[in-house]
Amino acid sequence: MTPVPGDHWRPTAIPDRLRLRARLLARVRGFFAARGVLEVETPLLGAAPATAPHLDSFETVDAGGRRLFLQTSPEYAMKRLLAAGSGDIFQVCHAFRAGERGRWHNPEFTLVEWYRVGMGYRALMEEAVALVETVLGDVLELGPFRALSYAEAFAAHAGIDPLAAGAQALARAAVRHGIGTPGLAPDDADGWRDLLMTHVVEPALPRGCVVGLYDYPASQAALARVRPGKPPVAERFELYLNGVELANGYQELTDADALRERFAADNAARRRLGRPALPPDEHLLAAMAAGLPECAGVALGFDRLVMLAAGAASIDEVLAFPVERA
Amino acid sequence: MATYSTNEFRSGLKVMLDGDPCVIIENEFVKPGKGQAFNRVKFRNLKTGRVMERTFKSGESIEAADVIDTEMQYLYTDGEHWHFMHPETFEQVAADAAAVGEAAKWLKEQDLCTVTLWNGAPISVVPPNHVVLKVTETEPGVRGDTASGATKPATVETGAVVRVPLFIDEGDLIKVDTRSGEYISRVKE
Repeated sequence: MTPVPGDHWRPTAIPDRLRLRARLLARVRGFFAARGVLEVETPLLGAAPATAPHLDSFETVDAGGRRLFLQTSPEYAMKRLLAAGSGDIFQVCHAFRAGERGRWHNPEFTLVEWYRVGMGYRALMEEAVALVETVLGDVLELGPFRALSYAEAFAAHAGIDPLAAGAQALARAAVRHGIGTPGLAPDDADGWRDLLMTHVVEPALPRGCVVGLYDYPASQAALARVRPGKPPVAERFELYLNGVELANGYQELTDADALRERFAADNAARRRLGRPALPPDEHLLAAMAAGLPECAGVALGFDRLVMLAAGAASIDEVLAFPVERA
Repeated sequence: MATYSTNEFRSGLKVMLDGDPCVIIENEFVKPGKGQAFNRVKFRNLKTGRVMERTFKSGESIEAADVIDTEMQYLYTDGEHWHFMHPETFEQVAADAAAVGEAAKWLKEQDLCTVTLWNGAPISVVPPNHVVLKVTETEPGVRGDTASGATKPATVETGAVVRVPLFIDEGDLIKVDTRSGEYISRVKE
């Protein structure tokens, strides 16, 4: 046994924060109960990992040698329920992302994820705002919700059209803002977009109210539907509060063939980044082939919601035991 | 050559940046949910003391700096260099004015200082937190005034000027906090 520092058996969250956490969690469940959304539970341990290029799953092996992956979100399994006719569903569960650790990250964290059948992604964005406002209602005073497109946010705060600009122009904008990053490949347009987003746009977003960004670059669609146009955009949104990313939602892709192409594109991107290619989730592909109803879905980081409610400077303050004490 | 990956970054880590040894003073992990992860890092240049910020793509590595802090005894200055000796190995090093910097005004022979060595050569010197120094020049002491709180300037043997209470006289020994440059107390010989 490796000895541990003397106080590491203790929780990092004080009892008041754990009580706040429990109270907010009860409100989340109350919100969905009032709207007739069914609570479900799906496996945290699945046969297929997320293929998203910038997510790393924890992998383990069952007796008999079967590879299993701790889920980075319950997305795949929840979509299988939707395809089987579940109707509106929500889940509160732990999600796991290897290597993500910092003031706002712990590799094991809590997601609130929900899907609404027949609802559009912009309507779901409004519902996610309602959830945040309901849960934080008596804790934080929030101004009216502000929504702007991804392109508008970049134009306003980074002075660039993020959809039209190529990698070189995005890199030049990063240098202009004093944040050149030698480690990004010169042709990694989405890497440069993410750099500008995290270093320039997010810190400049309005504070004191929930902010919604919508219509992302098609290259950042993940499993969102892409709306054709000039340029095409991913029907995706994110919510921010005080510069902190809180939630990510999609108009869900429902076409199994398009999904298979996304998996292949993810693996191609992973190979370019020097990451291992991953097997596609055949269950999800089969479910989508059987028929995923038109729906929108969103995942919200519950720990961050508690952090904002508590005015916490680190996620450790709202977790009983962060990864170093797990 | 030793390197550190971003996931090993933590405050206190000594690394090479733009050819200079630096210490990490802050490391923030920044990542959009589905996007590229970055480490936004604040460094202090160990030679100049200057603080700068740099962002790395997570997973990048940078070269480790061969930097160690070592306790050494201050011996003397020849005007150009300040000479220090390791109290156990008796190994000696000579630090120039750039390395000694502000510490010069607190250096008293025999005192143990923290000398930062980069590839074996001194790049910075930190004097002891508390030093005892003789007052070499000040206005005559006002006997008995231990309560008024008034102060006057006093020059000490190392050349530094310290604000001291009025009762201090030339020849007195005083204890000074080198971090703030403030007088702490008079010391009886």
